[in-house]
Amino acid sequence: MMLRIKRVPTVVSNYQKDETEETARRSGGCGKNCLRSCCIPEAKIPLYAFKKLTKIDAENDVLAIEEKEPPVAFLDSLILGEWEDRMQRGLFRYDVTACETKVIPGEYGFIAQLNEGRHLRKRPTEFRVDKVLQPFDGNKFNFTKVGQEEVLFQFEASEDGEVQFYPSAQIDVESAPSVVAINVSPIEYGHVLLIPRILECLPQRIDHESFLLALYMAVEAGNPYFRLGYNSLGAFATINHLHFQAYYLAVPFPIEKAPTKKIATLNDEVLISELLNYPVRGLVFKGGDTLQDLSDAVSDACICLQENNIPYNVLISDCGKRIFLLPQCYAEKQALGEVSPELLDTQVNPAVWEISGHMVLKRRKDYDEASDENAWRLLAEVSLSDERFCEVKELIFEAISNGEDIIENTADTMLKDPIEEKNTIPKRSHRTMVAGTQECVVQQ
Amino acid sequence: MSNMDSKLRLIQQSFNSRYSEWVREALDELSDNFTITDPSISGHPLVFASRSLLKMLSYSREEVIGQNGNIFQGPKTNRRTVMEIREAIREERGIQVNLVNYRKDGTPFWMLFHMSPVFGKEDGRVIHFVAVQVPITRRQRGNGGVRLSEEASGLNEIMFGSCRKEVDTNSVLELGRVLSSDSSSNVLDIEETCEASDFEKRRAANVFNSILTVLTHYSESTGRLVCGKRCSVPGVGYISSSLNISLGRIKQSFVLIDPHLPGLPIVYASDAFLKLTGYDRHEILGLNFAVLNGADTNTSSEYQIQEIIQNEQACTVRIVCYRKDKSSFWNSLHLSPVRNASGKIAYFVGVQMEEECKNMDRHGLSPEMRQLSTVGAVKVAVRSLSMAAGSSKS
Repeated sequence: MMLRIKRVPTVVSNYQKDETEETARRSGGCGKNCLRSCCIPEAKIPLYAFKKLTKIDAENDVLAIEEKEPPVAFLDSLILGEWEDRMQRGLFRYDVTACETKVIPGEYGFIAQLNEGRHLRKRPTEFRVDKVLQPFDGNKFNFTKVGQEEVLFQFEASEDGEVQFYPSAQIDVESAPSVVAINVSPIEYGHVLLIPRILECLPQRIDHESFLLALYMAVEAGNPYFRLGYNSLGAFATINHLHFQAYYLAVPFPIEKAPTKKIATLNDEVLISELLNYPVRGLVFKGGDTLQDLSDAVSDACICLQENNIPYNVLISDCGKRIFLLPQCYAEKQALGEVSPELLDTQVNPAVWEISGHMVLKRRKDYDEASDENAWRLLAEVSLSDERFCEVKELIFEAISNGEDIIENTADTMLKDPIEEKNTIPKRSHRTMVAGTQECVVQQ
Repeated sequence: MSNMDSKLRLIQQSFNSRYSEWVREALDELSDNFTITDPSISGHPLVFASRSLLKMLSYSREEVIGQNGNIFQGPKTNRRTVMEIREAIREERGIQVNLVNYRKDGTPFWMLFHMSPVFGKEDGRVIHFVAVQVPITRRQRGNGGVRLSEEASGLNEIMFGSCRKEVDTNSVLELGRVLSSDSSSNVLDIEETCEASDFEKRRAANVFNSILTVLTHYSESTGRLVCGKRCSVPGVGYISSSLNISLGRIKQSFVLIDPHLPGLPIVYASDAFLKLTGYDRHEILGLNFAVLNGADTNTSSEYQIQEIIQNEQACTVRIVCYRKDKSSFWNSLHLSPVRNASGKIAYFVGVQMEEECKNMDRHGLSPEMRQLSTVGAVKVAVRSLSMAAGSSKS
């Protein structure tokens, strides 16, 4: 049985059409200035080449900081400047800064926004939510179909170890360029999409190289209020073409304020903690000898979830220093009719931003009545149960560590006879939910 | 290096304009560790560091004055705690947290960080933040009164013994060596939570009060009194300290105009604007942009600016502007409405571009793109910082 839900997809590009229109059109030259082979040879887009770091805490030498413009400010300026330019050119469907927004009073400071224009009054589309990995479908909308004016710049590693910027560069197809484009239905100022190796038309699934690219972007922007996010299929990604999202919001996200408990250290110094006192259960990654170490730990975990068909979201925060990994099950519950109509009516689809504590609400009533309790209640539905989360944690640790090099803090989750229990938990598909009889096990 | 010079000048002024000249000596007589920072200067730099603190951290005065307090942080400093401090600054309130700081030689240690704002008596603005640092010499279990702190694991209790000693340089280094050699680590490493004792907390509060007494006393003679609590409501058009800090990070020449006030006054001017025009901040705030007009300025351009503001549109105008020394320059002025969290227009931002200086910066961002990026940065700051107004914390 296939699980599906109906929802109105967010329009991220002015070239994104109805599903029916998509399949009716055939590819053939378009005269639309897109990014496919018909238009690419003429395309000239700025190119930002970042410097690859060797150490994760390679802070700028503070005593020299007055002498020159620090490179980290540059990407920040580029994104803001290009975005403002597109705003003044009228490329967005609405002015997001004209949308009322507030921090809900309370301990966590959930953020609510009243945005009636984000979701169109269109016919909802069906999305399959029971498969995290689905093959790329060229007939559906993908990012090669966006107009070039929606692309802000190309983003890739520099060849010579220095930051380079070319205001107008041809797209070199051979070099598998990655681009940053606008989201025409922004959640906040500066809402962009990072599309790794866009021309390769990768489906929405994380791989080591792409995740590292996303992490570099967070580091390069150097702004703790510029975060990147990722939604897997089944966790409210609507476009099956590999992409990350990012935007600016200069307040802390509730998830960033939640306390954590360290549960493991990898031997390359990556630290893994668990979220506490937060409606959604999740892991937090930080540290690492190098940025690549941190990146690989997280992507290993993501790949494990993907292969086990567990939908998840990822938040990259604090300039790439902290990464949140959140497995979820809301879409499945929705498809099985297990979510209360009250929650469904808010039409909040809990993707990475919502889970982080930033809710976009369509109805004035929901906005005015927004509270800590409401937000908590919605997000609690998204979370895996305790037992299921324990299982998933174990899967992840096994994938990351291959069973050996991990140092775990076995503080308060030790149980008797863990070895025997371990053999009875195979890698199962996430459809069979734990009924609560299985004890939570932690690897020794 | 002239950027550094003018910043140092601002730092000197930070004290000199507010307190009489013996204040530094008086502060130096206190034997405690503390820093004083000025949020109105871009980068929120240290304007004073006590002798005790410099000795404890092994820095010289020149190495720290002008830097942001984050130079004392490092890899083991808890990021969430750093975020809490940032938010306290933004909300102009005090905070007391346990924090890992680093000496110049890279050794980390735990200390109780007690920060509190000092307000101007007459206008209620935050003048300085005072941060007292008390080294924590005893490790304790438990959450204490600090909310949202990490839960102590049971292991903390076991390791009590080895931590109940003075945290001096040598023992910290030894602890470090033990950790790195023992990979199946059950040893409590510097990562774990550390809680200051009630004694240490009271001590920090007392030190702050002593500092405040000194500052209050020395502000009496300049007539520009300070106090520990906000005594008056900040005036209309006042830019909050947090917005000041955020705007201070933007390196371009720009002003904020308040379209709701009569005369359309400038309510914020960036350092770069002051440098470009030669004016001091207090000479510009409250005036209309027409202060930059002069003999050759087309009178219609003043009208143009007014019209742009009325139409609530973004626009660029070319006008002749005059510096304080009467020299003139062609200004490609870009104006844009800036909305706050209510969705309504709160300010207009005016970004200057001196036409003779159409130089690409080192990386090749065009002057027009730099102007737009300034608009973007201002929009983010104003929108975000007005969202938090309603939240209640601690």
